[in-house]
Amino acid sequence: MKKQTIDTRPAGPKPWYDPRVRSLFFQAIAIALVFWGGWVLVDNTLSNMESRGISTGFGFLNETAGFGIIMNLVPYDATMSYGRTFWVGLTNTLLVSAMGVVAATILGFIIGVARLSSNWLVAKMALVYIEVIRNIPLLLQIFFWYFAVLSNLPSPRQSVDVGGALFLNNRGLYLPEPMTQEGFGIVWGGILLAIAAVVGIRIWAKKRQLATGQIFPTFKVGVAILVLVPIVSYLVAGRPIEWDLPALRGFNFGGGITIIPELAALWIALSLYTASFIAEIVRSGILSVSKGQTEASKALGLPNGLTLRLVVIPQAMRVIIPPLTSQYLNLVKNSSLATAIGYPDLVAVFMGTTLNQTGQAVEVVAITMAVYLTISLLISLFMNIYNRAVAIKER
Amino acid sequence: MGNPMTDQTQTSEMQTQSQAQSDKKPGIIRVEGMHKWYGDFHVLKDLNLTVDQGERIVICGPSGSGKSTFIRCINRLEEHQQGKIIVDGIELTDDVRHIDTVRREVGMVFQHFNLFPHLTVLENCCLSPIWVRKTPRKEAEASAMEYLERVKIPDQANKFPGQLSGGQQQRVAIARALCMKPKIMLFDEPTSALDPEMIKEVLDVMIELAGSGMTMLCVTHEMGFAKTVADRVIFMDGGEIVEEAPPHEFFTNPQEARTQKFLQQILAH
Repeated sequence: MKKQTIDTRPAGPKPWYDPRVRSLFFQAIAIALVFWGGWVLVDNTLSNMESRGISTGFGFLNETAGFGIIMNLVPYDATMSYGRTFWVGLTNTLLVSAMGVVAATILGFIIGVARLSSNWLVAKMALVYIEVIRNIPLLLQIFFWYFAVLSNLPSPRQSVDVGGALFLNNRGLYLPEPMTQEGFGIVWGGILLAIAAVVGIRIWAKKRQLATGQIFPTFKVGVAILVLVPIVSYLVAGRPIEWDLPALRGFNFGGGITIIPELAALWIALSLYTASFIAEIVRSGILSVSKGQTEASKALGLPNGLTLRLVVIPQAMRVIIPPLTSQYLNLVKNSSLATAIGYPDLVAVFMGTTLNQTGQAVEVVAITMAVYLTISLLISLFMNIYNRAVAIKER
Repeated sequence: MGNPMTDQTQTSEMQTQSQAQSDKKPGIIRVEGMHKWYGDFHVLKDLNLTVDQGERIVICGPSGSGKSTFIRCINRLEEHQQGKIIVDGIELTDDVRHIDTVRREVGMVFQHFNLFPHLTVLENCCLSPIWVRKTPRKEAEASAMEYLERVKIPDQANKFPGQLSGGQQQRVAIARALCMKPKIMLFDEPTSALDPEMIKEVLDVMIELAGSGMTMLCVTHEMGFAKTVADRVIFMDGGEIVEEAPPHEFFTNPQEARTQKFLQQILAH
């Protein structure tokens, strides 16, 4: 019995001919190189900083910043700390990125579909847009919108005036700000009620379709409810909103909400530029669905709209999502070009002014890089989760 | 297995026969002087064909003879430029409503199955009944299961097309087309993309379907199928209908030289 359990396989090759041994050997070398490189870098930095008398640590974040920032979403003034400038920069970066992602996605999908239109003019216009926009450097486009377009708007005294409520000039776009008054709770209630009603109708409509096959115009009715119910509750509550209108005070406007030209230029340029790439991604996604799918769907009597919605788009999405993710990542990272026109994003504020004033290069750069890495990884994570949900199951 | 199946077939056959007697429509498909061009290329030349309800037509011919293009014109997957195509009393023109109405009544089976890979077998079958016929889902699913049983794969209902063999996929495709309860079925080389051992399972389903009185137009190279089920065999070459005859005449006594040559080639081995 014992004899049978003896290993009867042929003797293995010499270790240096065994692929498993080889791969272990090379991996060990690679790891050693990485650690050695890391150690050299850290050691070098520390000894250099020591010889120049630079203190390390994150204590500087609590010191007073002492400089102003032209736009802040979180409360800020010059007496606050460097740590606060980080949050101001971060929220500004997140704002322009989020606005850019939304606009670029909508515009990109529209242009991508237009590119495939059977209407000659529409298709060619989309083509020209894509080829022009994506072949011009982004920085140039940001300069174009900032210096060539927005800076040439009239001065505050000659502002473009829309109904005395909305003003456009070379200092920005001024909008009335809604100030909620007493009784606005009723409007909030109306909004919540409308959302609940739409969700309810959606569930009911789906149930009814399962049971009787009748299709309810959920979308149209839902939009109507979402618009009408809050308006009615606003009127019922006695119009509990007062508008803080922007007005010319001295040389500039005060009051209301201001969209500064730096934000507008960066947002427009980022959106248009990224949209041209998204359009190509959407086009390739739709083209990746074979013609046979459309034909089968049509042969079953499904009209064009339903064919697109039920057959083509669900299949195109799995091709679109991964490159779309990398476009979103590009957009967030490209938003750091804000520095060029002085939009106070994370790089301009924190890695610019704060770094210059404190000299804490290693810490500031490390924090900033970690932030971008975190944002990117989070976007990737969410897109991967979504991608897994739409992926096609085979075998 | 044998008995219940034949019983079912017989009853369905009887039903359709009585139905056929009451509303048998002569000329459910009428093609009159139809021409089609791809640019300058004249693909279909002066085609004339009348198909009565319940007739089984097999169309054969060398590749490039326009036979697929021809049956794709019948549900307007291809446009014709001249002549008339009238399906179930509705003429196919540019009018979108007419096209959609005709497509609801005409089922089609493709060479490459064209199942929707993102939907399960059952969802594939229910998609159009639910969205186009507005059938309640439960009813649509029950009816789909009946058809899946008829093509003998009810146990695969919750799998995705990518998990099935070619023959199984094609049988699902037939079931999917039948779920719309069409009056006419078009088959565009349904067995050409299949391994030899899977051809039979698909042909069996088609023969069973022919037995139930369905109006069928099949583009196929399966001459055995043509001999057993076809009422007429049509031979096309160079975009024209060269010969049209009942199968026994077509195979034993072809009139045209081109038909003879074609038959020699495909029956030689």
